[in-house]
Amino acid sequence: MSNEKNISLKESATFDRSTMAEIRRAAETGIYDIRGFGAKRKLPHFDDLLFLGASMSRYPLEGYRETCNTSVVLGDRFAKKPITIETPVTIAGMSFGALSANAKEALGRGASIVGTSTTTGDGGMTPEERGQSSKLVYQYLPSRYGMNPDDLRKADAIEVVLGQGAKPGGGGMLLGQKITDRVAQMRNLPKGIDQRSACRHPDWTGPDDLAIKIQEIREITDWQVPIYIKIGATRTYYDVKLAVKAGADVIVVDGMQGGTAATQDVFIEHVGIPTMAAIPQAVQALQEMGMHRKVQLIVSGGIRNGADVAKCMALGADAVAIGTAALVALGCNDPKWDDEYKAIGSAAGYYDDYQDGKDPAGISTQDPELSKRLDPVAAGRRLANYLRVLTLEAQTLARACGKNDLRNLEPEDLVALTVESAAMARVPLAGTTWVPGQKY
Amino acid sequence: MKTFDLAVSTVREFNQALHDEKNIVTEKEWAATNPKGMHNIAVGLDADIAVDIHGHAGYFCAGMNKTAAVTIHGNAGQGVAENMMSGVVRVKGDASQAAGATAHGGLLVIEGNAGARCGISMKGVDIVVKGSIGHMSCFMGQSGSLVVCGDAGEALGDSLYEVHIYVKGTVKSLGADCIEKEMREEHIAELTGLLEKAGFDEDPSAFKRYGSARQLYTFKVDNASAY
Repeated sequence: MSNEKNISLKESATFDRSTMAEIRRAAETGIYDIRGFGAKRKLPHFDDLLFLGASMSRYPLEGYRETCNTSVVLGDRFAKKPITIETPVTIAGMSFGALSANAKEALGRGASIVGTSTTTGDGGMTPEERGQSSKLVYQYLPSRYGMNPDDLRKADAIEVVLGQGAKPGGGGMLLGQKITDRVAQMRNLPKGIDQRSACRHPDWTGPDDLAIKIQEIREITDWQVPIYIKIGATRTYYDVKLAVKAGADVIVVDGMQGGTAATQDVFIEHVGIPTMAAIPQAVQALQEMGMHRKVQLIVSGGIRNGADVAKCMALGADAVAIGTAALVALGCNDPKWDDEYKAIGSAAGYYDDYQDGKDPAGISTQDPELSKRLDPVAAGRRLANYLRVLTLEAQTLARACGKNDLRNLEPEDLVALTVESAAMARVPLAGTTWVPGQKY
Repeated sequence: MKTFDLAVSTVREFNQALHDEKNIVTEKEWAATNPKGMHNIAVGLDADIAVDIHGHAGYFCAGMNKTAAVTIHGNAGQGVAENMMSGVVRVKGDASQAAGATAHGGLLVIEGNAGARCGISMKGVDIVVKGSIGHMSCFMGQSGSLVVCGDAGEALGDSLYEVHIYVKGTVKSLGADCIEKEMREEHIAELTGLLEKAGFDEDPSAFKRYGSARQLYTFKVDNASAY
């Protein structure tokens, strides 16, 4: 009887239980939901693309004998000292404040072991991070928290942040429970307040001003280091053209799957475009300006494995950046903490309340006791292992396509499983020559 | 004194020469002529030197200054002394918008007027303006002091943190969470010192003080209309 009744129950696709729970939460609290992580909705993604391995018409490379280069030079357009990374997988910007000092140190250690770069975030550069990062990109953000010329000159590259994929057009926030004495001192704020970060830079507006701002940073650093421009993926074609015009050495495009430490859920899920859709726009813009491979393109947002890396490269990226995946490699959402995740109303694999600072894994927290749980040496080693796997997987796929350099992968090596992914990635639907939206 | 004629030399050459003074100061007094609104003059200085710019400067003049004393004998473009850490920057004429933006320390003196967003997101600098300032000045100002001998435009001190604002003239409107506050003895003393450092002969008792009501320091449902 009860089973028959349960079978007859029909959940609304529009008002499903998650939607109704959010309505109840909003009605009870009167404030929007703020959380971390990235978009959780299902989006067209790299899983919808496949590689065409070599057969009669293409020669593959021998997997264990023939080399496949993974190193990339970033920032040789204007900088006297461009960066060379040994794997095209970099660590995206994440702040001390959002993350514990141990987590930042672990990111630096892991990245340095494999010869890639890591990136600061809102809140400035910590000595631990600089000390453990052989290649450190210093973010230049609208808030300018902790910004100073000494750290600017210590950086191996400078990333002018215009936006991020999780919240293009939005500023940052760091809630009071994470504004400890040290974080408050670095950001010049009262302890314990809910900190807001501006969404626009305070001293320039528009691309013409940005060109002057970039020239200022180059003057301050004597034209030594590369200048990146980071944008959240929205009007990517136009934004990339303007970034090139403004003088970027490297452009970072962050798709809407990119993570955040604390943003409104409505922002995370409803603003921006998927990473896969952004890459062809960026590459088209660079090619039309004759700047593809001259201004390097780094893409981020939802990169999980070597296949994602290889697909980004095939679509025309020079490198990728990872954030969420790097935190998972450190130990975020590890099932060993499941009981503690449940005690704070979440579960391993679901935890996204980075803004609360109660992370049982000791990563997105400023609580000294929780932070101690993360051994930066061991966590750094895990990250290095993971980065090596990403690199090996990408090389495996590139060799199968007959490529001796990851950057020799090309859109011609890809097909799409769905019409929408074919249209976004601008590659043919599998088994056809049809690229939706393109004329023949 | 070493002088660079910017009609002949480049801004890059001038800046590099100034940067080379960081470790060993070879010349205390420097000057630039014919700036003609060029951008990024004397940025990133980190030496105990004096730099005089004879004419109008463009964007970001004296940006990120440390220690040095920079005087602009003319007007300054957008973002003068942005993110200054220490030292003194003096503008003999007017300053465009975002003067002293995000500056962490030092003293910025503007002998004329300043445009919109003067002291935006300031983080410890002291700014003294002889004339008036434009709208949205001291937006999200975090710490330091802003002294205005003339008037202030709309939305002064919007979303303010802990900056002390002193205005002698009228304030067109206050921004969210910015209120007029009592002028106590310690504030008179602070203002007196700032006016003396700037070299302005003003009566401190004629000023009013503005600061944060601290109602927006944490997210509260009842404050939703303020955001």
